[in-house]
Amino acid sequence: MDRSSPIVFTLDPGSGVPTYLQLIHQVEHALRLGYLKPGDQLPKVREVVAELAINPNTVLKAYRDLESKGLTAGRPGQGTFVEGTLDQIDLAGLTGLRRSLVAWLSDADESGLDQDGIVALFSSTLRDFAERRGHEGGRGALTDRRTAGGIA
Amino acid sequence: MNAVVTRDLGKRFGRVTALEDCSLEIGEGQLVALVGPNGAGKSTLLNLMVGLAKPSTGEVSVLGVPAGSGVALDGVAFVAQDTPLYRHLSAADMIHLTRNLNRHFDVAYATDRLRDLDISPGRKAGSLSGGQRAQLALTLALARRPQLLVLDEPTAQLDPLARHDFMSIVMTAMAEDGLTVVLSSHVLAELERVADYLVLISRGRVRIDGDVVSLLTRHWMLTGVPDQSPSPGWRTIQKTSAGAQQHLLVETLSDAPFPPGWEARPVSLEELTMAYLREDTDASRAALLETVR
Repeated sequence: MDRSSPIVFTLDPGSGVPTYLQLIHQVEHALRLGYLKPGDQLPKVREVVAELAINPNTVLKAYRDLESKGLTAGRPGQGTFVEGTLDQIDLAGLTGLRRSLVAWLSDADESGLDQDGIVALFSSTLRDFAERRGHEGGRGALTDRRTAGGIA
Repeated sequence: MNAVVTRDLGKRFGRVTALEDCSLEIGEGQLVALVGPNGAGKSTLLNLMVGLAKPSTGEVSVLGVPAGSGVALDGVAFVAQDTPLYRHLSAADMIHLTRNLNRHFDVAYATDRLRDLDISPGRKAGSLSGGQRAQLALTLALARRPQLLVLDEPTAQLDPLARHDFMSIVMTAMAEDGLTVVLSSHVLAELERVADYLVLISRGRVRIDGDVVSLLTRHWMLTGVPDQSPSPGWRTIQKTSAGAQQHLLVETLSDAPFPPGWEARPVSLEELTMAYLREDTDASRAALLETVR
């Protein structure tokens, strides 16, 4: 099949994450890892629908959300194209954060926490953190959990 | 405009009530999934929509006109359970026949689709595989270029690959023509991917209906200790408990956060549907006990 886009979607039916969010996550992931660059086209709605046998309204909802986040823009008659990037912080910032994380990991290791224990502690702390931050927005934390889908 | 509207719709067969008090509004361009146990009234509702049955009470309109009227029949295509075809007719004969029985029929679309499906026109319908038979029936329905497509358990007999291919064609028709689809199904896991709107029917009544995303964001599975009392902010649909733990599947009635001590996780459409069906069975059992007493 001739593809209009450099990426192609897959679905994880067992993940419990709503389909439209899975599509959004995959686009964001592709942006972070450089599979998608500004100017690239997203798969056409018709292609996604035919390939995954999912509801076109689901794809449209995902594309609308990406557009409202400023990541993509629709061009009438042509499709949806990448506009923004997801460069969150620069390399120096990333290196600094990585260093402090490694220091924390060796502390955890010395205290006798194994890998599963570290993941569990990190996940629950991240969740509490997001929850606390989300409380200004009423039920933001819980809505977050549905949108994040994969944290726990 | 709504694609389907029913008001206090009911159907009786002699003394048996197959459907009652059914009021629904189904928007255009949506895929509506009708779920419920066998004998719940799903096929009755579909037959009323396509004009194969007449209401005993209330009314049903499709595409803005009464179901079963000439205009409605032109705009509605129906594939009945088990995708019935004339076994001894070839695919080409089925196309010929369907064209002559309908006011509108897109022969080019039908023959193109058959070629895509690798079904040779001379093949007898009876010699096709289950998947191909379903695809042929779907092709005949879509070649009528309907605005509303009604499917009664279309994929029940199909293997997973054939089911995927079948739904892929339905979804493509939705994307290209803005088709509205109403289908009944037992394959709950698949519905989350395809349905915009869910109608759950049990013993002749609509138990719950709504936009799938809003149903999923409204329902949660809560886990806590057994003596914890539920909050007025939610309605418990299903409860399972043991010595140290209880799980509640709840419908939240407001946006208030859950009280501390409850751990919440989202539910799947399948869990949600099962919980409502169980609640309904329990309620009827309780009512029966009440009458016996």
